[in-house]
Amino acid sequence: MRSGIFAGLLLATVSAAAAFAQGGPIKLANVAELSGGGATVGTNWKNGIDLAIEEINAKGGVLGRKLEVTHADSQSNPGVARAQVQKALDNEPYVLLGPGYSGSVKVTSPLAAEAGIAQIMGGEAAELTQGGNKFLFRTSFGQQSSMPKVAKYINDELKAKSVAIVWVNNDFGKGGRDVITKEFAKYSIKVAADISTEAGQADFAADVSKIKAAAPDAVFVYVNEEESARMLKELKRQAITVPLMGETTLVGQKVVELAGDAANGARGHVGLTTDAPVDLVKAFREKFVKKYNYVPDHNGLKGYLAIYMIKATTEKMGKVDAKAFADNLHGLTIKAASEPGILMDVTFDEKGDIDRQGFLVEIVDGKQVVKQVLPKLN
Amino acid sequence: MSNLLDLLVAGLATGAIYALVAVGFTLLWQTSQTINFAQGEFVMLPAFLMLAVMHVGAPFWLAIILGILLSLLLLGLGFKLLLVDPMLRHGVLPLAIATMALAIGMKEAVKQFFSAEASPFPSIVPAGDVSILGRVVSLQSLGVLALAIAVVIGLTALLNRTSIGHQMQATAQNPTVARIIGVPVERMILMTFLINAFLVALASLLITPIYLAKFSSGEVLGQAAFIAAIVGGFNQVRGAIAGGLLIGVVDNLAAAYVSTQYRAAVPLILLIVIILFRPQGLLGRPEERTV
Repeated sequence: MRSGIFAGLLLATVSAAAAFAQGGPIKLANVAELSGGGATVGTNWKNGIDLAIEEINAKGGVLGRKLEVTHADSQSNPGVARAQVQKALDNEPYVLLGPGYSGSVKVTSPLAAEAGIAQIMGGEAAELTQGGNKFLFRTSFGQQSSMPKVAKYINDELKAKSVAIVWVNNDFGKGGRDVITKEFAKYSIKVAADISTEAGQADFAADVSKIKAAAPDAVFVYVNEEESARMLKELKRQAITVPLMGETTLVGQKVVELAGDAANGARGHVGLTTDAPVDLVKAFREKFVKKYNYVPDHNGLKGYLAIYMIKATTEKMGKVDAKAFADNLHGLTIKAASEPGILMDVTFDEKGDIDRQGFLVEIVDGKQVVKQVLPKLN
Repeated sequence: MSNLLDLLVAGLATGAIYALVAVGFTLLWQTSQTINFAQGEFVMLPAFLMLAVMHVGAPFWLAIILGILLSLLLLGLGFKLLLVDPMLRHGVLPLAIATMALAIGMKEAVKQFFSAEASPFPSIVPAGDVSILGRVVSLQSLGVLALAIAVVIGLTALLNRTSIGHQMQATAQNPTVARIIGVPVERMILMTFLINAFLVALASLLITPIYLAKFSSGEVLGQAAFIAAIVGGFNQVRGAIAGGLLIGVVDNLAAAYVSTQYRAAVPLILLIVIILFRPQGLLGRPEERTV
């Protein structure tokens, strides 16, 4: 009799625990560059995530469950990022978010894949999704998608015959430099100067002197945000007047803020911009500014989208299943009409790469002005 | 050749700022036998103090004045009274370790109170270029160079041409004898700390518009200035100045003519070579130990 009562109590406890687990919060883990050279990237990404989660939870959560996220700082260091991701995975999150730096994604993605946890990240290096990792998803275009557009613009619109390339010596920079160099070769554009710089570099005087000596028709700048601002200032200081072209990091809001007048005239292809002529993006920008009192760069949009990717995929599955998540996100098209938080219609392919509209922008009087809208491919 | 001139001007402008910071190392070493490993962070902080003043609506010129005064108070008087004096009685090594802790504390505090992100900072030198001997040179480079040289000349004049300067040098050479002949040694040491605080505030004002205001910006500057002080001669102000200018120029030339990827290694190689063949630095004097 006593053992029957004990068994009954045990069963009731287990059932209650299971019920609690089913109805408890959906745990997400974010590892991002909250300090160090990538602090701008990580802070925007984190704020976008927090904003989306606040919105979703205010409306009742996902399948009736609240979202809950933990934030960890990678210090913009791949080694620290790996340790933080390992720690985050030990807590068995539903989905892993971040990091934003390609080098950090490269060393952390095998851990997430091994754990069978989907990783939604901000890295743009072409190689990240080329290795067959089925658990890795982008929030922005990879370099293999963006660089051909940049090269085409430099050839067709700028009519440049020689270009100086300035790139940051890490996975992100090397990846971009390799892809754009191949694209330039297709158009017979000569690389007038091939200049590698270091992450966190403060003084660009010598680099710009090299550009000056090479006398190119245009300069392609592919470094991180803070270094982009320093580079733009130095280019202005040394009176470089040829067109300055970049991809996303050159024309971000933070770069404009840091570089001031020196940013005017810089052009770039951006997968995401808060200045996009899209009503849902404008609404996002207003909400973000209201909450954080500054205009986010593309990383704020990436973080926000990442959460809505989770929401849309989970609601499509009708259940919270970490193991099935990646399978369901592959090949998924999320329409902005049915999920406004995704901001634009988006499709994820079998590699985890993304397809949606892109934009060519120019900085005019300290503001991004969209010059062209490039349509979704499929 | 024309490219070389541009590189030299830019290198000298950066090197002049390294020199200002390196002079601080030298002054503190001479008076207190102290190496301040937070010297780079001492350059980082004044910019944030000035930004804080501007955030409450003050104009830039007022922010500069208040920033310099706050630097004198915190990085001169406060540093001496609250850290150096209590720690020095335990020996030079505990003090050096304490300055390392101070560097970490300052970085983290700025990160917490301001932001981990970089902030723009206005320049006291107007944007634009001037034409000199057929070359276009940026006003900012020239302004930074001119201001830094003016300060260095002023400091040298203070040390060599004034009574206070002579008393400071006497204190640096032998505090005991200086005390016997009536030099107010404590006041002279305090003066040294205040001069260092003024120099770092000025360096901060000059370099932050280019480097941007960031909690971690002192790391690069502190390291470059430390190398400059050793290369030039740790116990001579003129050595620190020469070392600063040399590092600035060598760094730029290395980036342009050797490799941008290995530019950071070039000053270190220079440092090793100097230490091997002239341990006291280019313009330093050998320090002898009596037993």
